[in-house]
Amino acid sequence: MDLFEYQGKQFFKQFGMPVSDGEVAFTVQEAVDAAERLGTPVMVKAQVHTGGRGKAGGVKFAASVEDVQEHASNILGLDINGHIVQRLWIEKASDISEEYYASFTLDRSAKQHLGMLSAEGGVEIETVAAENPDAISKIHVDPAVGLTREAAQAWVDGANLNPVAVEGAVDIAMQLYDAYVQGDADLVEINPLILTPDNRVHVLDAKVTLDSNSIFRHEDYAEFDETQPRDEREEAAHEKGLQYVGLEGSVGVIANGAGLAMSTVDVVNQVGGKPANFLDIGGGANADVMAGALEVINNDPEVKSIFINIFGGITRGEEVANGIIEALNRVDIDAPIVIRLDGTNADEGREILQPALNDKLMMEPTMLDAAKKVVELAKGAVA
Amino acid sequence: MSIFVDSNTKVIYQGLTGSQGRYYGLLNRDYGTQVVGGTNPKKAGEDVDGIPIFANCAEAVEATGATASCIFIPAAGVYSAVMDAAAGGIKFIVCITEGVPAHDEATFYNELKAQYPDVQLLGPNCPGIISPGQCNIGITAGHIAKAGGPVGIVSRSGTLTYQALYELQQKDIGVTTCVGIGGDPVPGTSFIDCLAAFEADPDTHAVMMIGEIGGSAEEEAADFIKNHMTKPVSSYIAGVTAPPGKKMGHAGAIVSGGKGTADAKMEALRDAGVKVGLNPTEAGELMAEIVASL
Repeated sequence: MDLFEYQGKQFFKQFGMPVSDGEVAFTVQEAVDAAERLGTPVMVKAQVHTGGRGKAGGVKFAASVEDVQEHASNILGLDINGHIVQRLWIEKASDISEEYYASFTLDRSAKQHLGMLSAEGGVEIETVAAENPDAISKIHVDPAVGLTREAAQAWVDGANLNPVAVEGAVDIAMQLYDAYVQGDADLVEINPLILTPDNRVHVLDAKVTLDSNSIFRHEDYAEFDETQPRDEREEAAHEKGLQYVGLEGSVGVIANGAGLAMSTVDVVNQVGGKPANFLDIGGGANADVMAGALEVINNDPEVKSIFINIFGGITRGEEVANGIIEALNRVDIDAPIVIRLDGTNADEGREILQPALNDKLMMEPTMLDAAKKVVELAKGAVA
Repeated sequence: MSIFVDSNTKVIYQGLTGSQGRYYGLLNRDYGTQVVGGTNPKKAGEDVDGIPIFANCAEAVEATGATASCIFIPAAGVYSAVMDAAAGGIKFIVCITEGVPAHDEATFYNELKAQYPDVQLLGPNCPGIISPGQCNIGITAGHIAKAGGPVGIVSRSGTLTYQALYELQQKDIGVTTCVGIGGDPVPGTSFIDCLAAFEADPDTHAVMMIGEIGGSAEEEAADFIKNHMTKPVSSYIAGVTAPPGKKMGHAGAIVSGGKGTADAKMEALRDAGVKVGLNPTEAGELMAEIVASL
């Protein structure tokens, strides 16, 4: 779950980190009102789940309330990398002497947490890593041990920050680690972390990704789940509890298991088609889940044909076949369907499907044959 | 022969009294797995279809001599279940549960390493392990696997593991052991752990490895294959056409910052001499060619 900047800052604030006062605004008027309450100058910042806001004109300095009015009307509705700006964060402007970078994430290779700190902030860390890797001070933290103040001190010392920033940076490093661990975050990133002219270290931006698997112990994360960017199709699938990722193509994909679903998307591409989605219905493949999946796919106007790719494991072919037939009775499908059913009792399953087959419901023996057929159908060139 | 588990392996099911635990525990017993006990602190002294329930793994190990456990506990209880198994003397822990927080996984991985270095964890979020004809721990359908050898399978994906077993069975090729390491960010058992075990197993003569996008486990495996393996390997990587920044079902399956792409993984594997198929069927065919030439 990706947080908006302002949600990230509110999250950081709970752990004692210094963030700027600000307010969320959904309209120009709300932005103006917020600026009047906060007092100018302020920053007007687009809240979107993507980077490159500054370059796209989504972050502006406003010296006066008139400036706020102008910038807010320009930024609301702006398209930043395909994300339409619907909310703004109006924040007290800060004076900046220096810009740093700080983050924690999981290093999957080392199987430990990785902290990165750099005196070269305000630019993408990937750029720093590529051009000047020595400018990044790294620390591996064993999750079973945690981060000690001594270790944090050594980590900060290694980053060669301005000496007046060191003590404040160590405080923030400890707080950032607490936020990362106690908050079950996949990523916490401050870029830039700034030093002000009066020598305070201050959090000027916040990028936070939370682990959605941890919701059971963070009831307050439900509000973040609601602000995740999902297109209409993804929203519908999410409501049905389906693992769905919207893609750009015309072949609807339904498969059981994440690996098989990914593989199905690959094979459709390999034979010249364009998948409309990734959809994993899980192991069971019963009628309820199948009907829900077909409804989601059916509501996608781009879908011209549908590929149901099921491998029966514990769930036997007959059960899968009966599930598909029952689902088809419940949902009125427009696009032609190609089924590939394999695995446990596949022959029995195919026998059940056989009488239902027609020019809108077809069956192919292998994944590759089914992919070819479904792509042909999507292209309108039925053999 | 096989790796990690065989017909002598005695297994405790943590969560045998739950619906999933009971269903798969009994299926595994029907397959021939020595399911010798279950745990549930509230139901100690009871039984599930004749299988005794103990309060914890220590008592279960004491009474049965079990060396392996299989976890079917909801995600919130997995950390405690893993540590209970290790403290109780279990040496091979299979965790089927999905949705375990990544921080929990990282923590128990490192705690096991520090406190119980001889304990091996498989998973979480994995289908389990099967040595066909001997022992099946987890949710793999036993009858899609042909017993014997010469092939060992290691996979990050559940259904693609079944697909691989089935493709080999259709070609009448036997499997020594099939290990599903799971698709999470911190798997207890890595590709390399399994590749090393297969390299050492006298009955395994070739290995099929199924990876997916995200992380760098496949690249690390390629490096190991290049430098330490004499046995031939075929591979398939799922997610060639996955868009960056989107999780494809598994928490670990995500291409981020240009890293973890299928192309990079396939390139590393080819460079290590691995035969890489573009879909599961092709990987199966490549393995059949390898087996024919053994």
